[in-house]
Amino acid sequence: MGKGSRKFSERKAEFRTLSGLPVNRTYTQEDMKGFDYSKDVGSPGEYPHVRGIHPTMYRGRIWTMRQLSGFGVPEETKERIRFLTEQGQTAPSLIFDAPTRWGYDSDHPMAKGAVGRVGAPIDTLKDLEDMLEGVPLEDIHFTESTIAVIVLSMLVAIADKRGVPIKTLKGTVQNDILKEYSGPSMYIFPPDHSMRIVTDVIRFCCEEMPLFNPISISCTTLREAGANAIQELGFWMAHSIAYMESCIDAGLDPDDFAPKLTSFFGCHHDFFEEVAKFRAARRMWAKTMKERFGARNPKSLALKFHVQTSGSALTTQQPLNNITRGTLEVLAGVLGGAQSIALSCYDEGLGIPTEESVVTALRTQQIIAYECGVTNTVDPLGGSYFVENLTNRIEEEAMKYVERIDEMGGAVEAIKNGFIQKEINRQLYEDQEAIDKGERIIVGVNRYEVEESSAVEIFEISSDVEKNQKEKLESIRRERNDVAVEKALREIRDTAEGNGNLVPPTIDAVKAYASVGQICDVLRDIFGTYKSPRLL
Amino acid sequence: MPFSHCRGVKSLTSRKRKRVLLAKPMLDGHDRGIKLVAKGLKNAGVEVIYLGLLQTPEEIVEAAIQEDVDVIGLGTSMGIHKTVFSDTIDQLRTKDCGKIKVIGGGSIPQRDVHALKEMGVDEIFGPGSPIGDIVNYVLVLP
Repeated sequence: MGKGSRKFSERKAEFRTLSGLPVNRTYTQEDMKGFDYSKDVGSPGEYPHVRGIHPTMYRGRIWTMRQLSGFGVPEETKERIRFLTEQGQTAPSLIFDAPTRWGYDSDHPMAKGAVGRVGAPIDTLKDLEDMLEGVPLEDIHFTESTIAVIVLSMLVAIADKRGVPIKTLKGTVQNDILKEYSGPSMYIFPPDHSMRIVTDVIRFCCEEMPLFNPISISCTTLREAGANAIQELGFWMAHSIAYMESCIDAGLDPDDFAPKLTSFFGCHHDFFEEVAKFRAARRMWAKTMKERFGARNPKSLALKFHVQTSGSALTTQQPLNNITRGTLEVLAGVLGGAQSIALSCYDEGLGIPTEESVVTALRTQQIIAYECGVTNTVDPLGGSYFVENLTNRIEEEAMKYVERIDEMGGAVEAIKNGFIQKEINRQLYEDQEAIDKGERIIVGVNRYEVEESSAVEIFEISSDVEKNQKEKLESIRRERNDVAVEKALREIRDTAEGNGNLVPPTIDAVKAYASVGQICDVLRDIFGTYKSPRLL
Repeated sequence: MPFSHCRGVKSLTSRKRKRVLLAKPMLDGHDRGIKLVAKGLKNAGVEVIYLGLLQTPEEIVEAAIQEDVDVIGLGTSMGIHKTVFSDTIDQLRTKDCGKIKVIGGGSIPQRDVHALKEMGVDEIFGPGSPIGDIVNYVLVLP
């Protein structure tokens, strides 16, 4: 095996995964010393769930295919949902525009130019009613964290109006604010107050909506900000622990709420590292729930997660190449045992996905699900010397982050002192340097470049969106009962000042057509706002 | 307040290091790209003042004057470039600071570049632009 022989020389001095773990030429039984299959891996559906959370996995049910939808006025988003459903999408995933997510109405000065641009605007309940007109309330994923309490309240209000008992409602609200401070930066209130709102939502769902997932712990966004796979996993676990502790402090029993927690990961270029990451995540979750929190309910120990293939793994150069990247990333998600998957479309570096690009993304998922046979057996990479070894090493490295963050006093402290942000930034710069130096090859960026033509159609948002949305909001303000709005807002204020759950008064407020901006203004007044440190 | 850039007066102590102010305007929270630009400029010896998120055009121009910068660089990734650049250029003209260069980056489609330059933006580095192009642009400024 000597490297000296020219015939068998290697093209690089060392091989590493994208997050820097060394990779050997081959892996054998020697790399599995001390490995105990039943204890360390277990069968599918069994603790510690490395091979998957169900005994049958995709032999029983294919993962949920949900592409992100949200742009223009609410009716345009409704149209996109309808279109995707016709194309075979299994469940919708909605995203709102920046003003909505920052808690501003469409006519706020800060909203200028941003209404309906990277999501759909929600000013009042009317907007969500229009967006979901004719759409079953079954299993909608709301990719919303800053105003999750308002979005959940709107969903409850619509269910009430339709006569759908909320006890039967499935679906997910993202409600993961910690990743906003750590990563892509959309938040309103200081972290401690935000944690209270997150916990209120979880508590309300535990009591009133047993089938609904009140949080999706989503470190994919940290990935987009620059984190590697190990960091994604370490910070995800640390964030999860913070939410667990907050719920326990609020008086909840881990076995009552842990089965309702879901997670959300990214998926990047390094195929085996991503597969190993998903497998390691399940073991980390199972062990943490059992050993750290004493959970006993088998459902508490089984990690359910969604995968969104990484937008930052795409290139704007030669955009059609992204279809191939997306295929590999979805495949990694499938071999990693995801419960639901969204694929970042090939044109996302350029704008909102066109119908053509979003259908191509959905077809990619369908081809992997139904044509290539990878769904016929559970965890086909299980037992591979390399994959099991990599799963172990990723877990070890990620748990080192968890230990460091524990020593700092937990994830909220690690955000306030900038540790998580600085770690992500360091990785971002290192990765960019590797690309700039050509150490890491990105096809079409630093190798195999071509003179770019603008052959790909770029979606354009109608310029009337902002005007139309402002007029709609104005007419709702004229028509609604101001006394009822004021009464509901006072109730929110009183609750925010005390210890009560913010969800019930927020439901009353949205039913009275109080706007997102009004509700957030009340909360801003009580909780204050937050600017994270400017870290480079 | 240093006013060397305003009214076109050349600074008495001509300095060698270029100064660039970077900001994420309005509600655009995606700061991955601008962090990389900041790092690239710093590595090339440029002084970078990074304002961070949630900056209005008024605040951006005010800071640019206070900091006596050569260039304002704004990153937008959510389709707000037309209003943001128009408002920033207006602010610069109102304050008679037209000498400060304005450059933009992020998800700005090629079809909008002409209109942005017409309104007074000096250069647009669209999606996929190498950081080196932005660094070179700043370094060769007179």
